[in-house]
Amino acid sequence: MSASGRRAPHLETAAAWLLALLWLSPLLYAFWAAFHPAEFATRFELLAPLSVENFAKAWTYAPFARHLLNTVILVTMILSAQLVLCTLAGYAFARFDFAGRDIAFGFVLVQLLIMPEVLIVENYRIMSRLGLVDTILGIGLPYMASAFGIFLLRQTFKTVPRELEDAARVEGCTFLGVLWRVYVPLARPTYLAYGLVSVSYHWNNFLWPLIITNTVETRPLTVGLAIFGAPESGVDWGVISAGTIMAVAPLLVAFLLFQRQFMQSFMQAGIK
Amino acid sequence: MKHVYGWLLLTPAAILLVGFTHYPAAATLFDSLFSTGTVVRPSRFVGLGNYAALADDPIFWQVLGNNFWFALGTIPTSIALALLMALWVNDRLPARALVRMAYFTPTVLPMIAVANLWLFFYTPQIGLLDQIGEMFGVASRNWLGDPDTALACTMAMVIWKEAGFFMIFYLAALQSLAPELEEAAKMEGASRWYFFRRVTFPLLMPTTLFVMVNATINSFKLVDHLFILTKGGPDNASSLLLYYIYQVAFSFFDTSYASTLTVVLLVLLAGLAVVQFQLVERRVHYR
Repeated sequence: MSASGRRAPHLETAAAWLLALLWLSPLLYAFWAAFHPAEFATRFELLAPLSVENFAKAWTYAPFARHLLNTVILVTMILSAQLVLCTLAGYAFARFDFAGRDIAFGFVLVQLLIMPEVLIVENYRIMSRLGLVDTILGIGLPYMASAFGIFLLRQTFKTVPRELEDAARVEGCTFLGVLWRVYVPLARPTYLAYGLVSVSYHWNNFLWPLIITNTVETRPLTVGLAIFGAPESGVDWGVISAGTIMAVAPLLVAFLLFQRQFMQSFMQAGIK
Repeated sequence: MKHVYGWLLLTPAAILLVGFTHYPAAATLFDSLFSTGTVVRPSRFVGLGNYAALADDPIFWQVLGNNFWFALGTIPTSIALALLMALWVNDRLPARALVRMAYFTPTVLPMIAVANLWLFFYTPQIGLLDQIGEMFGVASRNWLGDPDTALACTMAMVIWKEAGFFMIFYLAALQSLAPELEEAAKMEGASRWYFFRRVTFPLLMPTTLFVMVNATINSFKLVDHLFILTKGGPDNASSLLLYYIYQVAFSFFDTSYASTLTVVLLVLLAGLAVVQFQLVERRVHYR
């Protein structure tokens, strides 16, 4: 996002800042409530004492460490499987003129439309038949063959010059060797963009994990957070805010560090 | 040989895709023609019986209506805001990176976390909304517990979450516009508003259409917030189709009827996909 455009008039600058402040305010408020004792949760005094007690409480009220571990396992598992499966399939679509290729590609694209969370009823039934209800594998399995990943890698692989492949063939590379030595290294930016989108999507995903898990051992952060934050659980705002901040912190920090990549990746994901 | 290799490479992904997308989609259609089996009454073929029940189900029509209002209430507003944000961030604004970050941050947060934060605003008496109301002498109200305001409350939150996401598409489109256009307009003495209305906005039309279709598709999938804010209530006033499917399947255990509802959702999504595909075909969206 280059430094273009003209200078904005003062009034508009002020308005843009005001909107930015408004947009950040829910998050700023969460930080306020989390770092102050309960009596200051709705009283905004500049010199209110700071405390991390809410974080300590949230940490003991819910098994955050376990949820965090589950989410990390889940996200890593899905992404590694996606990278392998989508690379192979993307390569097939980009470079192999096999029978039924176009029809098969059409069938792959169907998943862009029918995301697994739309098919919760049947997918739950399938998982119970496979004995995968309440497992982390059960959460991840429907997402591993990602049409978006296949599509993205196919597009990228198609831009790789044939000459490079021919040269590698002459050197004695097998077709998998060519994929590994030529195509994969050249597609690194695509992998980065796809990885960011996949990790943020599955870090934040809720409906399917909620349905397929029943125990602390498998529930990811979002599901843990939903149970923790439910009004009937009776915890106060400071503690809920602290828990929420803990749950989003890793992703939020990653976003603040790699803003540009995040925005570009999200855009690519949107355009498809 | 190329046939063998091609299919070999595709097979692992194909098995999972068929297993968790195509097969369940077909099974959903199949199940919607049967009654839900119980211990005493096994499942039997009912033809279009479930669809007849659906046509008579007031809750179905209510959630479908809610989906319509939800889309109408969130999409135009968030698109307008997104465009405004993009125009501002595209200008040479002091602290531009910070402003852009502020607009985009809600996009990376999980809906559940966002709903947890917004729940506080809407809580009667101690919530921010009521506290502001109190300053102006407005009586406290149960924002999320009132059928008249519950859906609107969820819409406000979704607008906040989505505007920054749509902004990045406008930003990319704005940066691809030729700077000469603006210089020419300046020479001609065109006002900024005139330039926006007659040049920028029409040139951004492909982006607007593209964002609109995507936002509509998204609006059928956004239900996470309901689990925190309203549970679809009161009296289904804020419920949406996918949330109703979840309730029917996993709270009322009527899987056949849930399948019937899913078929409706699939048909709606397919219809939107056709629109989307035609937009791409007519090359109205930028690449």
